[in-house]
Amino acid sequence: MESDNKYSNLQSSPQGQKPSDIESTTPRTDLPALRVRDLSFYYGKTKVLDGVSMDILEQQITAIIGPSGCGKSTFIKAINRINELETKVQVKGTIEFFGQNLYHPRVNINHLRRLIGMVFQKPNPFPSSIYDNVAYGVRIFDRHPRSQLDEIVESALKSAALWDEVKDKLKKSALGLSGGQQQRLCIARALAVQPKILLMDEPCSALDPITTMKIEELIQTFSQKLTVVIVTHNMQQASRVSDYTAFFSTDESRIGHLVEFGHTTEIFTKATNSRTQDYIQGRFG
Amino acid sequence: MTNPDRAKQYLEVEHNLFQADPKNLLLEQGFTWLVRIFAFSTAGLLLWLSWIIFQDAEPAIAQFGSDFLLSQNWNVGELSFGAAPFIYGTVVSSTLALLIAVPIGLAVAIVTSENFLPVWVRSPLATLVELIAAIPSVIVGLWGIYVMIPVLQPLQLWLYKHLAWIPLFSTEPSGPSMLAAGVILAIVILPTISVISRDVLLAIPLELRNASMSLGATRWETIFKIILPASASGIVGATILALGRALGETMAVTMVIGNSAGINISLLEPAYSITSVLANEFAEALEKLHIGALMYLALILFVITLIVNLIAVLMVNIFTKKIN
Amino acid sequence: MAKSLLDKSLETELHQPLGVGRTLFSWGMTGIAFILTGMALLPLCSILLEILRQGIPNLGWEVFVSLPAPQGMTDVPNGFANALLGTILMVGIASLLSVPFGVMTGIFLSEFGKTSTIASGIRFITVILNSVPSIIAGVFAYAIVVITTHQFSAVAGGFALAVLMLPMVALTTEEALKLVPTSMRLASASLGGNSFQTTFRIVVASALPGITTGLLLAVARAAGETAPLLLTALSSQKWPDGLFSPTASMSVLIYNYANSPYPEQIQLAWTASLVLVGMVCITSILSRLFARKRSLVR
Ligand SMILES: Nc1ncnc2c1ncn2[C@@H]1O[C@H](COP(=O)(O)OP(=O)(O)OP(=O)(O)O)[C@@H](O)[C@H]1O
Ligand SMILES: [Mg+2]
Repeated sequence: MESDNKYSNLQSSPQGQKPSDIESTTPRTDLPALRVRDLSFYYGKTKVLDGVSMDILEQQITAIIGPSGCGKSTFIKAINRINELETKVQVKGTIEFFGQNLYHPRVNINHLRRLIGMVFQKPNPFPSSIYDNVAYGVRIFDRHPRSQLDEIVESALKSAALWDEVKDKLKKSALGLSGGQQQRLCIARALAVQPKILLMDEPCSALDPITTMKIEELIQTFSQKLTVVIVTHNMQQASRVSDYTAFFSTDESRIGHLVEFGHTTEIFTKATNSRTQDYIQGRFG
Repeated sequence: MTNPDRAKQYLEVEHNLFQADPKNLLLEQGFTWLVRIFAFSTAGLLLWLSWIIFQDAEPAIAQFGSDFLLSQNWNVGELSFGAAPFIYGTVVSSTLALLIAVPIGLAVAIVTSENFLPVWVRSPLATLVELIAAIPSVIVGLWGIYVMIPVLQPLQLWLYKHLAWIPLFSTEPSGPSMLAAGVILAIVILPTISVISRDVLLAIPLELRNASMSLGATRWETIFKIILPASASGIVGATILALGRALGETMAVTMVIGNSAGINISLLEPAYSITSVLANEFAEALEKLHIGALMYLALILFVITLIVNLIAVLMVNIFTKKIN
Repeated sequence: MAKSLLDKSLETELHQPLGVGRTLFSWGMTGIAFILTGMALLPLCSILLEILRQGIPNLGWEVFVSLPAPQGMTDVPNGFANALLGTILMVGIASLLSVPFGVMTGIFLSEFGKTSTIASGIRFITVILNSVPSIIAGVFAYAIVVITTHQFSAVAGGFALAVLMLPMVALTTEEALKLVPTSMRLASASLGGNSFQTTFRIVVASALPGITTGLLLAVARAAGETAPLLLTALSSQKWPDGLFSPTASMSVLIYNYANSPYPEQIQLAWTASLVLVGMVCITSILSRLFARKRSLVR
């Protein structure tokens, strides 16, 4: 109860959020990286998500699975508020990022999107050089001396396991890379700005199995620094890489909702909900 | 359970979503406003233009009122002005142009959209006709004086000789004429008609054509009974757009119409158009009333083309909506 | 048995000729369509041939560097250097005025207004503005610049051309920006880019070839405009003398010399036409090259 009050304090006086102010309230520990409460989502007037509540824990990998059209993409795009760029959207309920409501009107949305990065289904490198792609996010926030920028780019490319393949052609166009390389470039680009959460929307669906394996291995290395939320249609992928799994589905009214959420091992071995079992065993959609 | 590390991390400014970034915010909002202001000024330009022309025509409107539209007298020395000959010239030459350009433009559109010819002939053909639009109209006018009129003159003479009993051909041709203006305008507006009509024809779904062909209709029966009716609103839109161009075209007309103010039923007689008189007299107009009368003419032309273009844009919009 | 019978009847049906009337109609219509198409090509070919035939003999270094010869004098160099300079000058002024407004309006239509009512309204007005007769733009510039400065000038001419270029630039910019995939904008936004950064560093940067194509087409159109210059810049036999004095231009020179009684002036009009068409062609080819570059990038 008490802690709930603190949240509402936080939300109602965001401008007073200097570190010292927060220190004066007893800091809440073990906060989930994301706390979703009763989230309903509308595109225009059409409801596509209903009453989703879940906690996404820090430095864990959470997989989102479910049949096509159940709102998985919508859900993770709601986390970095990217879908409001495309259409008019409406959100009910809350998503809290370390205790701060993402949809509070005073949120600095650019900063939010920087803290919560995203990798899209189709690789979408900018039509510029490999170096500029990775440096883009860093440059738009701050001026860095060239040497520092070089370091950032190198370490981001290394984290995305791309450095060895591109280190000799950093000035070449990113569009000349293969699909798998492009996707890893997009991952490097997202990592370069040091996000706290990385959202991935079916990052491997356009790639071949070997590249997919590579990227899966990468994702597992991230969890030491990052919180990862990954949407996937591939059951094996979900069971291989994730710590937690959320199963979304639609009801008769075609509105998506969260059916079951738990440890990946539990979801995949002893799901309580029969629809989850059906889906995982391939008896569904 | 307390975990001091996590707590500390939470305190880090980096996690703070509410971190203000005044510089960035200012840049973004400033930019948004700047873009808006520029966009609104572009729209405002049309209003400004309308207002200025109306305002400067005001003295003449006050002086002549609506009699201006019907009066045939245009005498700068006596400061008596009437727009009738110019309106007549503009309307008749544009109508002539449409009569000539619509069938030809449609034929080009059909030939380049149907598969009479292999694609490698069809597309360059379409591009070639489009090219006319790229030639500055003053050059078309120059060609009109030195090539078209000499070629047209025997035809005009023939018409006069054999069909003089028809009032339209009842005067002896001297070269420049309403007919010449109509022909040259037809050349100028041809690309407008053929290009848009071609796009319109190409937008007609293939199923529609196949359905008709499979019922045993020939190609031309399909064109006349199915394709042209389905694309009617688009083609009419293209025609009206072309009319707008014809009404406002200045150089080509001015160079071949003969620039003689008077209303004559004969198409072989020189005439005058609104655009021509604006082009010819504005630079030399000194009297306030003369400028006013020219502004009044400009206003008339502006209003007519505005209405014509409004209708055309709406027609083309209707067609695109229907197809989608 | 049954099968072959069916084949037979199908065969006769397929091979049955159309009625004579229908066949004639088909052939007739095809013939008419081709004749009319030929008629459409005739003027274009004739214009281009005539420009070459009449323009080339006189085309030499001289015309680009000398001023128009005084009337009737045939033994002095005759050229249109001042008109060439005047056209470049006025198109330059027009670009300076229209490009910022046009590009920003295009950005508004594609990036900010999108499908809103306000954007549709502004788009509609821009389309209408694009169809305003060029002489009206001249009248407008006359009222705004010539009347207030009491002077025909390059600025007035540039202003008139700017009014004509603005809507073209705006509409082609919008088209070019719309071709940039949304995923680029989303990628930039997801890295924390604000709308300013996303628009300029990503969207405009990727659409630059397309925008340039549009600009060049607008420049080509402005360079050939005559009517608005007749009542704003007028003409001149001399080099441009500052921005606020009557200025010669290629198109007005062609018009003025077209009906001249002096053959050498008519000659010069043809040569000027050749050069003007050449300029328009080069601009169009340049714009095609930019368009090709765009298709390579994506
Ligand atoms: N921009 C949008 N505007 C309107 N409706 C949308 C939009 N994007 C998605 N939808 C609708 O929202 C619902 C959920 O879509 P979403 O893309 O989130 O599904 P998904 O679970 O990611 O499906 P998939 O597995 O196919 O990617 C669908 O019914 C879809 O039609
Ligand atoms: Mg999806």
